[in-house]
Amino acid sequence: MIVATLVPLQLTALVLVALGAPAIAFTRDPLRQIVVAGLYSWALAILFVVFAAPDVALSMIVVGAVGYPLVVLVAVARTRKGRDE
Amino acid sequence: MTRRARLWLFAPAVAGFGALLVWAVAGLPDFGSTEHRYGYLINHVALPERHMTNAVTALVFDYRGFDTLGEEFILFAAVTGIVLLLRQHERERGRGQSDSTHSDVIRVLGILAVGVGVLIGLWLVAFGFVTPGGGFQGGVAVASGVVLVYLAADYRAWSRVGRLGVLEPLEGIGAGGYVVLGLAALVSGAAFLTNMLGPGVAGTVWSGGSAALVNWFAALEVAAANLLLFREFLEEYIVPLHGRGS
Amino acid sequence: MSVLPYVVAVWVCVIGLIGIVTSRNFIHLAICLTLTQSSTYVLLLAVGYVHGGGPPIFKGVKLGTTAVDPVLQSLALTDIVVSVTVLALILALALDVQKQAGTDDPDEVHELSG
Repeated sequence: MIVATLVPLQLTALVLVALGAPAIAFTRDPLRQIVVAGLYSWALAILFVVFAAPDVALSMIVVGAVGYPLVVLVAVARTRKGRDE
Repeated sequence: MTRRARLWLFAPAVAGFGALLVWAVAGLPDFGSTEHRYGYLINHVALPERHMTNAVTALVFDYRGFDTLGEEFILFAAVTGIVLLLRQHERERGRGQSDSTHSDVIRVLGILAVGVGVLIGLWLVAFGFVTPGGGFQGGVAVASGVVLVYLAADYRAWSRVGRLGVLEPLEGIGAGGYVVLGLAALVSGAAFLTNMLGPGVAGTVWSGGSAALVNWFAALEVAAANLLLFREFLEEYIVPLHGRGS
Repeated sequence: MSVLPYVVAVWVCVIGLIGIVTSRNFIHLAICLTLTQSSTYVLLLAVGYVHGGGPPIFKGVKLGTTAVDPVLQSLALTDIVVSVTVLALILALALDVQKQAGTDDPDEVHELSG
């Protein structure tokens, strides 16, 4: 009944996204969290493709590959440097 | 308020909020069965009227071009805010750049990756009205390709590319060009951002008329804004790495 | 009864909120904020889906085949690109606070000063 109109591929993608969210929120160290966030954005991109939205998936891939990690890693490095001084 | 008290207050609040949201969402029509009148209309009209096979990009740059102007200016304002915030930090200009990659394989593959990245980004922008793509995705792809110069080579090579004197005018041209195109249509008597050059040929680079020009200006602005952002962050990171004038 | 995609969107939003409130690090907080924002993309696309529909691209595809709603996709697409810049702005603010207060922990920053 819940899954009557869902293709199995969509169900898998939804489950991956639902599992990725607590993984991000409950990983405390930012350095590990950004790796998990990379995997989460990959799962989101798959979800978007399966929902027939290639433009949005392209957006997510392009942004999650370089944009997010670069910005967060530089911030982490800078906070560590600030704390050590 | 102590942390424990805050968490004890939060737990029932978030449970209630979650229950409210689930109740709201359960009232939506079943997944996949909603009637989308506007979407149905655009799907049937975008190709015959505007000669664009990608209905999403047709919406973003032609039918709802005014909203995209707003989004672009969010980007512009946020990057201005970042530049202002991060400029206040002391930036000592270090001398010895010792962060170059030592491996030749990485340098070669990195240079190739820069070329491929920029080319794919430009292709995404150029054929945005034909296949999935468009100014926003292509702009970010070009910026990602260019920032690989820092990762593949060293800071000296990057500082030739990521110069303020180059990036800031490019970003301004991108944002301003969008507005000027819209105003040009206004001046000639039609509505703001009307397509002035005719629809073009569907399925090729020339589909879209002046919406294609709007597409290129938006891509320029997004790429320059992202590069400016990466530049500000990398400056934050690099200069402490080299110490004070060592 | 097929509300599973919407419930997943609500689940992600609530998890993001829990992550924000129980956070002990500014950068962790910023990433959880991005997580909450991503739940809206899932909701938008789930609302726009048409059963048996393909993507709204008509190159080589006969005009008139069932396609999903392109309006909601255009909303999500520009949002994703702008969210990187907003995340960077939040991180720049976090760096500033860390420099002023000397600590990484949002709980230990008490007064608003500076």
